[in-house]
Amino acid sequence: MQAPSPQPASDVTMRSQTFPMQMAEEKKPAGELSKLSATNLNFHYGTFQALHGISMQVYDKRVTAFIGPSGCGKSTFLRTLNRMYETIRNARVDGEILLDGEDIFKLEVSALRRRVGMVFQRPNPFPKSIFDNIAYGPRINGSVSGSGIKDHVEQSLRRAALWDEVKDKLHDSAYGLSGGQQQRLCIARALAVNPEVLLLDEPCSSLDPIATAKIEDLIFQLKDSCTIVIVTHNMQQAARVADFTGFFLMGKLIEFDNTTVIFKNPAKKETEDYITGRFG
Amino acid sequence: MLSLRRKAVNAVMLSLTGVCTFVAVGTLLFILGYLFVHGGSSLTVDFFTKLPTPVGEPGGGMANAIVGSAKLLLIATCIGVPIGFLGGVYLAEFGGSAFSFVVRYTTDLLNGVPSIVIGIFAYTLIVLPQGHFSTLSGGLALGVMMIPIAIRSSEDFLRAVPVSLREGAMALGASKAKTIFTVVIPAAKAGLITGIMLNVARVAGETAPLIFTAFGNRFWSRGWEQPTASLPVMIWTYAISPYKDWKQQAWSAGFVLLMLVLTINVTARMILSKRGHAAR
Repeated sequence: MQAPSPQPASDVTMRSQTFPMQMAEEKKPAGELSKLSATNLNFHYGTFQALHGISMQVYDKRVTAFIGPSGCGKSTFLRTLNRMYETIRNARVDGEILLDGEDIFKLEVSALRRRVGMVFQRPNPFPKSIFDNIAYGPRINGSVSGSGIKDHVEQSLRRAALWDEVKDKLHDSAYGLSGGQQQRLCIARALAVNPEVLLLDEPCSSLDPIATAKIEDLIFQLKDSCTIVIVTHNMQQAARVADFTGFFLMGKLIEFDNTTVIFKNPAKKETEDYITGRFG
Repeated sequence: MLSLRRKAVNAVMLSLTGVCTFVAVGTLLFILGYLFVHGGSSLTVDFFTKLPTPVGEPGGGMANAIVGSAKLLLIATCIGVPIGFLGGVYLAEFGGSAFSFVVRYTTDLLNGVPSIVIGIFAYTLIVLPQGHFSTLSGGLALGVMMIPIAIRSSEDFLRAVPVSLREGAMALGASKAKTIFTVVIPAAKAGLITGIMLNVARVAGETAPLIFTAFGNRFWSRGWEQPTASLPVMIWTYAISPYKDWKQQAWSAGFVLLMLVLTINVTARMILSKRGHAAR
């Protein structure tokens, strides 16, 4: 993919730099607390600029969805929030992201990732038992003592609505579970570290509708205890689960608002075109 | 007409590939059968428990050579496996592209060095300064032979571990080192063990590097610093001797060595296939 030619790029960059800022001032819903706050974030893979001046808020204990066509930068943005992009060579970020007012680039990376957990597109359980998968995070972080770990595993599995299905086979391999169960296992594994924010990168893209519905129910329950950011290809899913929705296009955040506004009354033509299926 | 030609070409090629396959498999079966008939038939308990007898005296065995081979392989494993394994970890997980290329190229060259040259290397390094042949120098020669394959097989098996597992661990706050030791290596364990076993099996039959390092011994070796008998060198000495019963002993030794190598091979393959079954 080519970077856009300089003239229109600077034009749009300017807009997306100022636009969400205005939004934050104008439309910041009453009573919402900012959990994560990005300001003027640029992202480069080598010479290719994948994100252009993203500025936005993720509100505490709310579900925020990112939608947009493939390659629009929504997953890239998600991966900057817990600095998972750092494993990629040549990836470079400038701009600011604050977690509860703290600069995430100044935090110790493993401390950040304990606070901002992540679930991936395809279920990726470790080739270990169900129990050891859940216990992995607390064990490596030394956060739960030896005797407490059993209760902690149970509690995490309950939070992910998986306990009843696996309580009799905790010591079987996690590979024996179905795809949907594996994905909930991965959510439970992330929850076991007690993250404040949970990033979900297209968590249902490899699941059937029933498994998808279970994950969506789960997202709904989790938002009491956790801030959730979800990237999805499925617009209906965003409409169903998210309180706020951001629309990405060609590395820019075109529009960010209440989910109902985005889907019923978008301010931008591009958003409307995408929502109504005129492209993408 | 054309279809007739096509059928004829098909028949010729099919028989050609079939014959070649048969030759390849047949050679192995022939060697196995020949060794079994000549060596297996005269194999006695004495072969495993007694020392070689002087020329002309019937009976005796090669207990010292069996133990010698085991000692040599133990030293070789202690040298080749840690270096090869950690080198493989480096290449798979940390190596920069340019440097890794050089290392891989060098290991391939080392792998191509004739085994007798490796023997001379160990001879120069240990035997010359010490002034006498030793078990240690033989083990070193075999160990050096193990390094290139150990590096490459460890690297391959570590690389085969999906990126998604590494990401899963790092997203839970695991450092790179912790990810490697708690997720990547355990996930590759079966492959790594198989690689080591196949490597041991490969050097078990090496003769040339032992001729002027471990040398050979008609009696029990008096320690790691002293020369020792080994099965391959024993086979060589006995097979070129003019005595009929020695030649018979060489057949038996060949049979035992082949069985040893075959057992290691089959066990290694079984570990790998069983593991592959459980993981998928």
